[in-house]
Amino acid sequence: MTIETRIADGSRPRLPRGVRLKHDDARGEWLLLAPERLVKTDAIALAILQRCDGVATFSAIVDDLAAAFSADRGRVETDVRALLEDLAAKRMIDL
Amino acid sequence: MTHDPQRIAPPVGLLAELTHRCPLACPYCSNPLQLEQRADELDAAAWKRVFSEAAALGVLHAHLSGGEPASRSDLADIVAHCAKEGLYTNLITSGIGLTEDRVKALAGAGLDHVQLAIQDAEADSADRICGYQGAFARKIEAAAWIVAAGMPLTINAVIHRANVARAGKMVELAVALGARRVEIAHTQYYGWGMLNRAALMPGRGEAEAAIAEVEALRLKHAGVIVIDHVAPDYHARYPKACMGGWAKRSFNVTPSGKALPCHAAETIPGLEFWSVRDHSLAEIWTDSPAFNAFRGTGWMREPCRSCERKEIDYGGCRCQALALTGDAREADPACHLSPHHGAVAAVAMAAAGEGQDDLPAYVYRSAKLPEPAQ
Ligand SMILES: C[S@@+](CC[C@H](N)C(=O)[O-])C[C@H]1O[C@@H](n2cnc3c(N)ncnc32)[C@H](O)[C@@H]1O
Ligand code: SF4
Ligand code: SF4
Repeated sequence: MTIETRIADGSRPRLPRGVRLKHDDARGEWLLLAPERLVKTDAIALAILQRCDGVATFSAIVDDLAAAFSADRGRVETDVRALLEDLAAKRMIDL
Repeated sequence: MTHDPQRIAPPVGLLAELTHRCPLACPYCSNPLQLEQRADELDAAAWKRVFSEAAALGVLHAHLSGGEPASRSDLADIVAHCAKEGLYTNLITSGIGLTEDRVKALAGAGLDHVQLAIQDAEADSADRICGYQGAFARKIEAAAWIVAAGMPLTINAVIHRANVARAGKMVELAVALGARRVEIAHTQYYGWGMLNRAALMPGRGEAEAAIAEVEALRLKHAGVIVIDHVAPDYHARYPKACMGGWAKRSFNVTPSGKALPCHAAETIPGLEFWSVRDHSLAEIWTDSPAFNAFRGTGWMREPCRSCERKEIDYGGCRCQALALTGDAREADPACHLSPHHGAVAAVAMAAAGEGQDDLPAYVYRSAKLPEPAQ
């Protein structure tokens, strides 16, 4: 199911209380923990989510990631938007 | 059956029944008929050791349930320990026994999430179901305290004949209470729920209407509330992957410390359960005879043994197989491939009376064992 949650450039995404990143030592991977949910987090998703601190704006996060990975800004924006919109629909991120 | 510990993946969830005591008496309650006594309960120090072992073993989610976990005065202390161990800590509560101060203390102790159960969207019916005047009003109050304390809230609702007409209203109520998530679960028939099955099972038409109503609300409230929907077994084609597979992802510990592969596992005769008083969780997870009895697929008979879904639903629920076929090794008869599926259909059919007239009386949950049924 997809829903329209257009993220504004100035929105400041953050993990709400009850959703947190955790390094799972037993399995050697990063997870996003939420009520009754475990989401495996690859390196790219981790880099995105670690920047969602409620302070940085969406466009600042995209700028920062594009610089950090020397990647095309347009592609980074598409990826970040897709991940955050998906998580927002699951109420795992607040925009 | 022997299992190589190296090949058994660690559990992700532990459900701790901190106590079987509860001020409410829900007729659908999945707790066993033989409730464990207060004198036999693990103390806080023992629970803390269990949670430390759980975290070391790889458990990520700690569910504090019961009975009513708020009936324990050391709840916040236990929560603080779980938080210190880095466990994602989830309280499953009826709300009765919480006060505004206790909710603040739990939030301060690092509780990650609260699941609050409601019985109906209407106060009179809700109070009748749980056998406690004023419970509904207190739950509404508790929901406000939880949200005000900044904790994410899930509303849990168990669906049965007395409230099936208001499944959608319960979703709307959850939205109004500020919940981010709602679990609409059609009754699973275990424990007191099995004893009250005749009074609980809705007619097929009613159940289907409720499911459609809740599904339609998904879109309406997308981005506002997440709906987790557990459809009724007795009207299904395939069974659910009970517990995500026996001793595969999570397990329970009873108030006295018995480790169970699922909360109803003690209904299966001949299983040997180990206690956290005698064994570490790591030993229990890999070596407990009860955990290994139905682990994986090696124990299966036909039709499961040669079925392509055997790693999808693991043959369904062992306790339901036992309850409806007399043998826990059979396929869950909720499966249409089971030769016993007709028995399930017959039970579902026998729930003839739709609507709320002529509801058989409930046997309310109590500490005393009920008279044997029929
Ligand atoms: C056994 S209760 C214990 C915690 C607390 N007393 C409460 O009611 O929330 C745990 C959860 O299981 C749900 N539950 C109880 N009996 C059930 C059944 N027969 N089928 C499905 N869910 C059930 C309750 O609504 C609650 O959300
Ligand atoms: S389901 Fe009802 S009776 Fe059972 S433990 Fe929860 S509140 Fe108590
Ligand atoms: S036959 Fe067994 S494994 Fe196959 S779908 Fe039915 S219960 Fe599941």
